[in-house]
Amino acid sequence: MSVFSRLISYSRKRSPWVFRVNAGSCNGCDIEITPCFSPRYDGEQIGALMQGSPKHADILLISGPITLRTKEIVKDIYQQIPSPKAVIALGSCPASGNVFSGSPTIVGSAEAVVPVDLYVPGCPPRPQQILEAIQLAAKMLEKGETHSQKEAHYG
Amino acid sequence: MDNWWLRALFSIFIWPGLLCGALFGWLLLWINRKSLAQLQGRQGPPFFQPFFDFWKLIGKKTIIPVGVSWAIFYSLPIISLFSIVFALAILPVPWGGAISFEGDLVLFIYLLEMPALIDILAGYATRSVYAQVGSTREALLTIAYNLPFLSGLIALALRLKTFQLSVFTSAPISIATVITALALFIALLAQLKVNPFSIPNAEQEIVAGIHVEYNGLPLALFELAHALEVSTLAGLIAILFLGAITAPWLKLVIFIFISILIIVLVSIIGAGTARLKVQHAFRFYWTWGLIAAVLVFMASLAL
Repeated sequence: MSVFSRLISYSRKRSPWVFRVNAGSCNGCDIEITPCFSPRYDGEQIGALMQGSPKHADILLISGPITLRTKEIVKDIYQQIPSPKAVIALGSCPASGNVFSGSPTIVGSAEAVVPVDLYVPGCPPRPQQILEAIQLAAKMLEKGETHSQKEAHYG
Repeated sequence: MDNWWLRALFSIFIWPGLLCGALFGWLLLWINRKSLAQLQGRQGPPFFQPFFDFWKLIGKKTIIPVGVSWAIFYSLPIISLFSIVFALAILPVPWGGAISFEGDLVLFIYLLEMPALIDILAGYATRSVYAQVGSTREALLTIAYNLPFLSGLIALALRLKTFQLSVFTSAPISIATVITALALFIALLAQLKVNPFSIPNAEQEIVAGIHVEYNGLPLALFELAHALEVSTLAGLIAILFLGAITAPWLKLVIFIFISILIIVLVSIIGAGTARLKVQHAFRFYWTWGLIAAVLVFMASLAL
Protein backbone atom coordinates (compact mmCIF):
# COMPACT_ATOMS: atom_id res chain seq x y z
CA MET A 1 0.00 0.00 0.00
CA SER A 2 2.75 2.40 0.93
CA VAL A 3 4.48 1.67 -2.38
CA PHE A 4 1.36 2.83 -4.21
CA SER A 5 0.95 5.97 -2.10
CA ARG A 6 4.63 6.83 -2.65
CA LEU A 7 4.23 6.24 -6.39
CA ILE A 8 1.14 8.48 -6.45
CA SER A 9 2.80 11.32 -4.52
CA TYR A 10 5.89 11.10 -6.75
CA SER A 11 3.63 11.22 -9.83
CA ARG A 12 2.04 14.42 -8.46
CA LYS A 13 5.45 16.08 -8.70
CA ARG A 14 6.01 14.88 -12.25
CA SER A 15 2.64 15.71 -13.76
CA PRO A 16 1.26 19.14 -12.77
CA TRP A 17 -1.68 20.07 -14.98
CA VAL A 18 -2.52 23.76 -14.97
CA PHE A 19 -5.75 25.73 -15.25
CA ARG A 20 -5.64 29.51 -15.41
CA VAL A 21 -8.29 32.03 -14.49
CA ASN A 22 -8.24 35.72 -15.28
CA ALA A 23 -9.80 37.54 -12.33
CA GLY A 24 -9.84 41.05 -13.81
CA SER A 25 -6.23 41.07 -14.96
CA CYS A 26 -4.91 43.51 -17.59
CA ASN A 27 -3.87 40.44 -19.66
CA GLY A 28 -0.17 41.08 -18.96
CA CYS A 29 0.19 37.99 -16.78
CA ASP A 30 -1.89 35.86 -19.15
CA ILE A 31 0.37 36.79 -22.05
CA GLU A 32 3.34 35.67 -19.92
CA ILE A 33 1.70 32.29 -19.26
CA THR A 34 1.44 31.32 -22.94
CA PRO A 35 5.24 31.38 -23.61
CA CYS A 36 5.61 28.82 -20.77
CA PHE A 37 4.12 26.25 -23.15
CA SER A 38 5.76 27.55 -26.33
CA PRO A 39 8.94 26.14 -27.97
CA ARG A 40 11.18 28.56 -26.07
CA TYR A 41 10.30 27.53 -22.49
CA ASP A 42 8.25 24.34 -23.10
CA GLY A 43 6.54 23.44 -19.82
CA GLU A 44 5.90 19.92 -21.12
CA GLN A 45 9.51 19.09 -20.15
CA ILE A 46 8.45 19.10 -16.48
CA GLY A 47 5.18 17.37 -17.34
CA ALA A 48 3.06 20.53 -17.14
CA LEU A 49 0.07 20.80 -19.47
CA MET A 50 -2.54 23.53 -19.94
CA GLN A 51 -5.98 22.07 -19.31
CA GLY A 52 -9.23 23.52 -20.56
CA SER A 53 -11.34 22.04 -17.80
CA PRO A 54 -10.77 22.77 -14.08
CA LYS A 55 -11.83 19.16 -13.37
CA HIS A 56 -8.58 17.93 -14.98
CA ALA A 57 -6.28 20.43 -13.27
CA ASP A 58 -3.95 20.21 -10.27
CA ILE A 59 -2.76 23.81 -10.12
CA LEU A 60 -4.87 26.97 -10.38
CA LEU A 61 -3.12 30.08 -11.72
CA ILE A 62 -4.92 33.29 -10.70
CA SER A 63 -4.04 36.59 -12.33
CA GLY A 64 -5.59 39.97 -11.61
CA PRO A 65 -6.88 41.76 -8.50
CA ILE A 66 -10.01 39.59 -7.91
CA THR A 67 -12.78 42.02 -8.90
CA LEU A 68 -16.16 41.80 -7.16
CA ARG A 69 -17.68 40.26 -10.29
CA THR A 70 -15.08 37.48 -10.56
CA LYS A 71 -14.94 36.70 -6.82
CA GLU A 72 -17.65 34.03 -6.88
CA ILE A 73 -16.32 32.58 -10.15
CA VAL A 74 -12.83 32.10 -8.69
CA LYS A 75 -14.34 30.42 -5.61
CA ASP A 76 -16.47 28.19 -7.84
CA ILE A 77 -13.53 27.16 -10.04
CA TYR A 78 -11.42 26.40 -6.96
CA GLN A 79 -14.12 24.06 -5.69
CA GLN A 80 -14.38 22.34 -9.08
CA ILE A 81 -10.71 21.27 -9.00
CA PRO A 82 -10.46 17.83 -7.38
CA SER A 83 -8.10 17.82 -4.41
CA PRO A 84 -5.16 17.66 -3.88
CA LYS A 85 -4.72 21.04 -5.54
CA ALA A 86 -2.42 24.05 -5.34
CA VAL A 87 -3.13 27.73 -6.00
CA ILE A 88 -0.56 30.12 -7.49
CA ALA A 89 -1.24 33.86 -7.46
CA LEU A 90 0.49 35.51 -10.44
CA GLY A 91 1.96 38.97 -10.20
CA SER A 92 1.39 41.86 -7.84
CA CYS A 93 -2.39 42.18 -8.36
CA PRO A 94 -3.64 39.14 -6.41
CA ALA A 95 -1.11 39.88 -3.67
CA SER A 96 -1.79 43.53 -2.96
CA GLY A 97 -4.15 45.00 -5.54
CA ASN A 98 -1.19 46.69 -7.25
CA VAL A 99 -2.21 49.92 -9.05
CA PHE A 100 -5.88 49.13 -8.39
CA SER A 101 -5.29 49.19 -4.61
CA GLY A 102 -8.05 51.05 -2.79
CA SER A 103 -10.56 50.73 -5.61
CA PRO A 104 -14.11 49.95 -4.45
CA THR A 105 -14.61 47.38 -7.25
CA ILE A 106 -11.90 44.88 -6.20
CA VAL A 107 -11.33 42.47 -3.35
CA GLY A 108 -7.62 43.17 -3.69
CA SER A 109 -6.31 39.97 -2.13
CA ALA A 110 -6.64 36.45 -3.48
CA GLU A 111 -6.08 35.16 0.07
CA ALA A 112 -9.50 36.50 1.04
CA VAL A 113 -11.22 34.29 -1.56
CA VAL A 114 -9.18 31.06 -1.88
CA PRO A 115 -6.19 29.70 0.10
CA VAL A 116 -3.10 30.74 -1.90
CA ASP A 117 -0.05 28.46 -1.74
CA LEU A 118 2.48 30.45 -3.77
CA TYR A 119 2.92 34.04 -4.88
CA VAL A 120 4.93 34.95 -7.99
CA PRO A 121 6.29 38.50 -7.79
CA GLY A 122 6.45 40.88 -10.74
CA CYS A 123 4.22 43.00 -12.90
CA PRO A 124 4.07 40.89 -15.01
CA PRO A 125 6.24 37.97 -13.79
CA ARG A 126 8.67 36.40 -16.26
CA PRO A 127 7.84 33.01 -17.84
CA GLN A 128 10.84 31.41 -16.12
CA GLN A 129 9.45 32.47 -12.75
CA ILE A 130 5.99 31.10 -13.61
CA LEU A 131 7.50 27.75 -14.60
CA GLU A 132 9.56 27.72 -11.42
CA ALA A 133 6.40 28.39 -9.41
CA ILE A 134 4.61 25.51 -11.18
CA GLN A 135 7.52 23.21 -10.32
CA LEU A 136 7.57 24.40 -6.70
CA ALA A 137 3.81 23.89 -6.41
CA ALA A 138 4.23 20.37 -7.82
CA LYS A 139 6.85 19.67 -5.16
CA MET A 140 4.47 20.98 -2.49
CA LEU A 141 1.80 18.62 -3.83
CA GLU A 142 4.26 15.74 -3.52
CA LYS A 143 5.10 16.53 0.10
CA GLY A 144 1.51 17.32 1.06
CA GLU A 145 2.26 20.94 1.98
CA THR A 146 -0.53 22.70 0.10
CA HIS A 147 -3.48 24.21 1.96
CA SER A 148 -5.95 21.76 0.42
CA GLN A 149 -3.93 18.76 1.64
CA LYS A 150 -3.32 20.20 5.13
CA GLU A 151 -7.01 21.00 5.59
CA ALA A 152 -7.97 17.48 4.52
CA HIS A 153 -5.40 16.14 6.99
CA TYR A 154 -6.63 18.13 10.01
CA GLY A 155 -10.30 18.22 9.11
CA MET B 1 -9.16 -27.66 -20.50
CA ASP B 2 -7.55 -26.09 -17.44
CA ASN B 3 -4.52 -25.27 -19.51
CA TRP B 4 -6.65 -23.36 -22.03
CA TRP B 5 -8.26 -21.26 -19.29
CA LEU B 6 -4.85 -20.38 -17.86
CA ARG B 7 -3.56 -19.40 -21.27
CA ALA B 8 -6.69 -17.32 -21.94
CA LEU B 9 -6.33 -15.50 -18.61
CA PHE B 10 -2.63 -14.96 -19.34
CA SER B 11 -3.43 -13.40 -22.71
CA ILE B 12 -6.16 -11.19 -21.19
CA PHE B 13 -4.18 -9.84 -18.24
CA ILE B 14 -0.48 -10.06 -19.14
CA TRP B 15 0.52 -10.65 -22.77
CA PRO B 16 -0.81 -9.11 -25.01
CA GLY B 17 -3.62 -7.96 -22.66
CA LEU B 18 -3.82 -5.43 -19.86
CA LEU B 19 -0.23 -5.22 -18.56
CA CYS B 20 1.89 -5.36 -21.72
CA GLY B 21 -0.78 -3.55 -23.75
CA ALA B 22 -0.79 -0.64 -21.30
CA LEU B 23 3.02 -0.45 -21.18
CA PHE B 24 3.25 -0.62 -24.99
CA GLY B 25 0.43 1.94 -25.32
CA TRP B 26 2.20 4.33 -22.96
CA LEU B 27 5.41 3.89 -24.99
CA LEU B 28 3.52 4.70 -28.20
CA LEU B 29 1.77 7.69 -26.58
CA TRP B 30 5.14 9.01 -25.37
CA ILE B 31 6.61 8.60 -28.88
CA ASN B 32 3.58 10.47 -30.25
CA ARG B 33 3.96 13.39 -27.82
CA LYS B 34 7.76 13.49 -28.09
CA SER B 35 7.87 13.47 -31.90
CA LEU B 36 5.06 16.05 -32.03
CA ALA B 37 7.12 18.27 -29.69
CA GLN B 38 10.30 17.76 -31.73
CA LEU B 39 8.46 18.71 -34.92
CA GLN B 40 7.25 21.89 -33.23
CA GLY B 41 10.79 22.72 -32.02
CA ARG B 42 10.12 21.81 -28.38
CA GLN B 43 11.90 19.39 -26.05
CA GLY B 44 8.85 17.31 -25.26
CA PRO B 45 7.85 15.29 -22.20
CA PRO B 46 10.12 12.87 -20.28
CA PHE B 47 9.96 9.14 -21.04
CA PHE B 48 7.70 8.13 -18.14
CA GLN B 49 5.19 10.98 -18.65
CA PRO B 50 2.05 8.93 -19.58
CA PHE B 51 2.81 6.61 -16.65
CA PHE B 52 3.01 9.51 -14.18
CA ASP B 53 -0.13 11.13 -15.61
CA PHE B 54 -2.04 7.90 -15.02
CA TRP B 55 -0.88 7.42 -11.42
CA LYS B 56 -1.47 11.06 -10.53
CA LEU B 57 -5.07 10.80 -11.77
CA ILE B 58 -5.54 7.60 -9.72
CA GLY B 59 -4.55 9.54 -6.59
CA LYS B 60 -6.99 12.41 -7.09
CA LYS B 61 -10.37 12.80 -5.43
CA THR B 62 -13.30 12.12 -7.76
CA ILE B 63 -16.06 14.71 -8.08
CA ILE B 64 -19.31 13.35 -9.50
CA PRO B 65 -21.36 16.09 -11.22
CA VAL B 66 -24.76 16.93 -9.76
CA GLY B 67 -27.57 14.89 -11.32
CA VAL B 68 -25.31 12.10 -12.64
CA SER B 69 -25.68 8.61 -11.21
CA TRP B 70 -22.42 7.36 -9.67
CA ALA B 71 -23.09 3.90 -11.11
CA ILE B 72 -23.10 5.24 -14.69
CA PHE B 73 -20.19 7.58 -13.98
CA TYR B 74 -17.96 4.70 -12.82
CA SER B 75 -19.26 1.85 -14.98
CA LEU B 76 -18.75 3.54 -18.39
CA PRO B 77 -14.91 3.75 -18.19
CA ILE B 78 -14.72 0.22 -16.75
CA ILE B 79 -16.77 -1.22 -19.65
CA SER B 80 -14.63 0.75 -22.11
CA LEU B 81 -11.42 -0.55 -20.52
CA PHE B 82 -12.50 -4.19 -20.42
CA SER B 83 -13.83 -4.32 -23.95
CA ILE B 84 -10.53 -2.97 -25.30
CA VAL B 85 -8.57 -5.41 -23.10
CA PHE B 86 -10.54 -8.34 -24.56
CA ALA B 87 -10.01 -6.97 -28.08
CA LEU B 88 -6.27 -6.84 -27.43
CA ALA B 89 -6.32 -10.39 -26.03
CA ILE B 90 -7.76 -11.66 -29.35
CA LEU B 91 -5.04 -9.93 -31.40
CA PRO B 92 -2.67 -12.66 -32.72
CA VAL B 93 0.71 -11.26 -31.69
CA PRO B 94 3.83 -13.47 -31.46
CA TRP B 95 3.51 -15.90 -28.49
CA GLY B 96 -0.10 -14.81 -28.10
CA GLY B 97 -3.20 -16.10 -29.82
CA ALA B 98 -4.47 -18.35 -27.02
CA ILE B 99 -8.02 -17.19 -27.79
CA SER B 100 -8.56 -17.91 -31.46
CA PHE B 101 -11.60 -19.34 -33.22
CA GLU B 102 -13.44 -19.05 -36.53
CA GLY B 103 -15.29 -15.72 -36.46
CA ASP B 104 -13.14 -13.93 -33.89
CA LEU B 105 -12.73 -11.03 -36.35
CA VAL B 106 -16.41 -10.17 -35.81
CA LEU B 107 -15.96 -10.18 -32.04
CA PHE B 108 -12.78 -8.12 -32.43
CA ILE B 109 -14.54 -5.44 -34.52
CA TYR B 110 -17.44 -5.36 -32.06
CA LEU B 111 -15.10 -4.92 -29.07
CA LEU B 112 -13.11 -2.22 -30.90
CA GLU B 113 -16.32 -0.25 -31.47
CA MET B 114 -17.16 -0.23 -27.78
CA PRO B 115 -14.82 2.62 -26.64
CA ALA B 116 -16.32 4.96 -29.25
CA LEU B 117 -19.87 4.03 -28.23
CA ILE B 118 -19.01 4.42 -24.53
CA ASP B 119 -17.46 7.83 -25.28
CA ILE B 120 -20.68 8.95 -26.96
CA LEU B 121 -22.73 7.71 -23.98
CA ALA B 122 -20.32 9.30 -21.49
CA GLY B 123 -20.62 12.66 -23.22
CA TYR B 124 -24.40 12.61 -23.02
CA ALA B 125 -24.52 11.13 -19.51
CA THR B 126 -22.38 13.83 -17.87
CA ARG B 127 -24.81 16.62 -18.82
CA SER B 128 -22.15 19.09 -19.99
CA VAL B 129 -22.87 21.15 -23.10
CA TYR B 130 -19.29 20.72 -24.36
CA ALA B 131 -19.39 16.97 -23.82
CA GLN B 132 -22.67 16.73 -25.71
CA VAL B 133 -21.22 18.62 -28.68
CA GLY B 134 -18.23 16.27 -28.55
CA SER B 135 -20.55 13.24 -28.46
CA THR B 136 -22.48 14.42 -31.50
CA ARG B 137 -19.24 14.85 -33.44
CA GLU B 138 -17.92 11.49 -32.32
CA ALA B 139 -21.16 9.80 -33.43
CA LEU B 140 -20.91 11.43 -36.87
CA LEU B 141 -17.24 10.48 -37.23
CA THR B 142 -18.00 6.87 -36.28
CA ILE B 143 -20.24 6.61 -39.33
CA ALA B 144 -17.51 8.20 -41.45
CA TYR B 145 -14.33 6.33 -40.48
CA ASN B 146 -15.92 2.90 -40.31
CA LEU B 147 -16.28 2.85 -44.11
CA PRO B 148 -12.56 2.34 -44.89
CA PHE B 149 -11.97 0.43 -41.63
CA LEU B 150 -14.67 -2.20 -42.05
CA SER B 151 -14.32 -2.54 -45.82
CA GLY B 152 -10.56 -3.08 -45.44
CA LEU B 153 -11.02 -5.88 -42.93
CA ILE B 154 -13.96 -7.48 -44.79
CA ALA B 155 -12.13 -7.41 -48.12
CA LEU B 156 -9.12 -9.13 -46.60
CA ALA B 157 -11.41 -11.68 -44.95
CA LEU B 158 -13.05 -12.36 -48.35
CA ARG B 159 -9.66 -12.87 -49.94
CA LEU B 160 -8.49 -15.28 -47.26
CA LYS B 161 -11.98 -16.86 -47.05
CA THR B 162 -11.97 -16.76 -43.25
CA PHE B 163 -13.05 -14.60 -40.32
CA GLN B 164 -10.18 -15.82 -38.15
CA LEU B 165 -7.57 -13.21 -37.21
CA SER B 166 -4.68 -15.65 -36.86
CA VAL B 167 -4.95 -16.45 -40.59
CA PHE B 168 -4.43 -12.72 -41.29
CA THR B 169 -0.96 -12.81 -39.70
CA SER B 170 0.18 -15.94 -41.52
CA ALA B 171 -1.05 -14.77 -44.95
CA PRO B 172 1.74 -13.66 -47.30
CA ILE B 173 2.08 -9.93 -48.02
CA SER B 174 0.37 -8.88 -51.26
CA ILE B 175 -0.94 -5.70 -52.85
CA ALA B 176 -4.26 -6.34 -51.08
CA THR B 177 -2.52 -6.34 -47.68
CA VAL B 178 -0.79 -3.04 -48.39
CA ILE B 179 -4.00 -1.35 -49.55
CA THR B 180 -5.86 -2.76 -46.52
CA ALA B 181 -3.15 -1.33 -44.26
CA LEU B 182 -3.58 2.05 -46.00
CA ALA B 183 -7.36 1.96 -45.51
CA LEU B 184 -6.91 1.03 -41.83
CA PHE B 185 -4.37 3.85 -41.45
CA ILE B 186 -6.83 6.41 -42.86
CA ALA B 187 -9.41 5.23 -40.32
CA LEU B 188 -6.79 5.18 -37.53
CA LEU B 189 -6.39 8.98 -37.67
CA ALA B 190 -10.04 9.48 -36.67
CA GLN B 191 -10.09 6.55 -34.26
CA LEU B 192 -7.19 8.02 -32.27
CA LYS B 193 -8.68 11.55 -32.58
CA VAL B 194 -5.40 13.10 -33.78
CA ASN B 195 -5.08 16.41 -35.47
CA PRO B 196 -6.92 16.68 -38.76
CA PHE B 197 -9.72 14.67 -37.13
CA SER B 198 -9.33 15.80 -33.51
CA ILE B 199 -12.92 16.96 -33.84
CA PRO B 200 -14.64 15.21 -30.89
CA ASN B 201 -12.02 16.24 -28.30
CA ALA B 202 -11.17 19.62 -29.86
CA GLU B 203 -9.23 21.51 -27.20
CA GLN B 204 -9.42 25.34 -27.34
CA GLU B 205 -12.79 24.87 -29.01
CA ILE B 206 -15.05 22.68 -26.87
CA VAL B 207 -12.74 22.67 -23.80
CA ALA B 208 -11.84 18.98 -23.50
CA GLY B 209 -14.64 17.41 -25.50
CA ILE B 210 -16.29 14.26 -24.21
CA HIS B 211 -14.29 13.92 -21.00
CA VAL B 212 -14.89 17.48 -19.72
CA GLU B 213 -16.71 16.37 -16.57
CA TYR B 214 -14.58 13.28 -15.92
CA ASN B 215 -11.88 13.50 -13.26
CA GLY B 216 -9.84 11.37 -10.91
CA LEU B 217 -10.09 7.59 -11.16
CA PRO B 218 -12.68 7.38 -14.01
CA LEU B 219 -10.58 9.76 -16.14
CA ALA B 220 -7.49 7.63 -15.40
CA LEU B 221 -9.39 4.55 -16.61
CA PHE B 222 -10.41 6.39 -19.79
CA GLU B 223 -6.76 7.36 -20.36
CA LEU B 224 -5.70 3.76 -19.81
CA ALA B 225 -8.35 2.58 -22.28
CA HIS B 226 -7.01 5.12 -24.78
CA ALA B 227 -3.45 3.80 -24.34
CA LEU B 228 -4.71 0.25 -24.95
CA GLU B 229 -6.68 1.45 -27.98
CA VAL B 230 -3.48 2.95 -29.43
CA SER B 231 -1.59 -0.33 -29.03
CA THR B 232 -4.50 -2.40 -30.40
CA LEU B 233 -5.09 -0.28 -33.51
CA ALA B 234 -1.39 0.16 -34.32
CA GLY B 235 -0.89 -3.55 -33.65
CA LEU B 236 -3.77 -4.48 -35.95
CA ILE B 237 -1.99 -2.80 -38.87
CA ALA B 238 1.36 -4.29 -37.80
CA ILE B 239 0.14 -7.92 -37.75
CA LEU B 240 -0.78 -7.72 -41.45
CA PHE B 241 2.94 -7.58 -42.33
CA LEU B 242 4.13 -10.57 -40.29
CA GLY B 243 3.26 -13.23 -42.89
CA ALA B 244 6.65 -13.91 -44.43
CA ILE B 245 8.54 -14.26 -41.15
CA THR B 246 8.72 -17.46 -39.11
CA ALA B 247 11.02 -16.73 -36.14
CA PRO B 248 8.90 -15.33 -33.26
CA TRP B 249 11.68 -13.01 -32.03
CA LEU B 250 11.97 -11.40 -35.43
CA LYS B 251 8.17 -11.21 -35.59
CA LEU B 252 8.08 -9.34 -32.29
CA VAL B 253 10.80 -6.90 -33.36
CA ILE B 254 9.05 -6.17 -36.66
CA PHE B 255 5.68 -5.87 -34.88
CA ILE B 256 7.08 -3.22 -32.50
CA PHE B 257 8.97 -1.46 -35.30
CA ILE B 258 5.87 -1.16 -37.54
CA SER B 259 3.71 0.05 -34.61
CA ILE B 260 6.25 2.77 -33.79
CA LEU B 261 6.51 3.72 -37.47
CA ILE B 262 2.72 4.10 -37.65
CA ILE B 263 2.64 6.33 -34.56
CA VAL B 264 5.47 8.52 -35.91
CA LEU B 265 3.53 8.89 -39.19
CA VAL B 266 0.43 9.82 -37.19
CA SER B 267 2.43 12.52 -35.32
CA ILE B 268 3.83 13.91 -38.57
CA ILE B 269 0.33 14.19 -40.01
CA GLY B 270 -0.92 15.64 -36.73
CA ALA B 271 1.81 18.29 -36.64
CA GLY B 272 1.38 19.21 -40.30
CA THR B 273 -2.38 19.71 -40.44
CA ALA B 274 -5.07 21.83 -38.83
CA ARG B 275 -8.40 20.60 -37.52
CA LEU B 276 -11.14 20.07 -40.11
CA LYS B 277 -14.80 20.87 -39.64
CA VAL B 278 -16.96 17.83 -39.07
CA GLN B 279 -18.65 18.06 -42.49
CA HIS B 280 -15.26 18.23 -44.23
CA ALA B 281 -14.00 15.23 -42.30
CA PHE B 282 -17.19 13.39 -43.25
CA ARG B 283 -16.70 14.28 -46.93
CA PHE B 284 -13.03 13.17 -46.74
CA TYR B 285 -13.99 9.75 -45.41
CA TRP B 286 -16.85 9.23 -47.83
CA THR B 287 -14.72 10.17 -50.90
CA TRP B 288 -11.21 8.91 -50.07
CA GLY B 289 -12.53 6.19 -47.81
CA LEU B 290 -14.87 5.01 -50.57
CA ILE B 291 -12.02 5.02 -53.11
CA ALA B 292 -9.89 3.02 -50.66
CA ALA B 293 -12.78 0.61 -50.10
CA VAL B 294 -13.31 0.04 -53.85
CA LEU B 295 -9.55 -0.39 -54.40
CA VAL B 296 -9.20 -2.83 -51.54
CA PHE B 297 -12.11 -4.97 -52.78
CA MET B 298 -10.71 -4.95 -56.33
CA ALA B 299 -7.22 -5.85 -55.13
CA SER B 300 -8.38 -8.64 -52.86
CA LEU B 301 -10.80 -10.24 -55.33
CA ALA B 302 -8.95 -9.72 -58.62
CA LEU B 303 -5.23 -9.84 -57.80
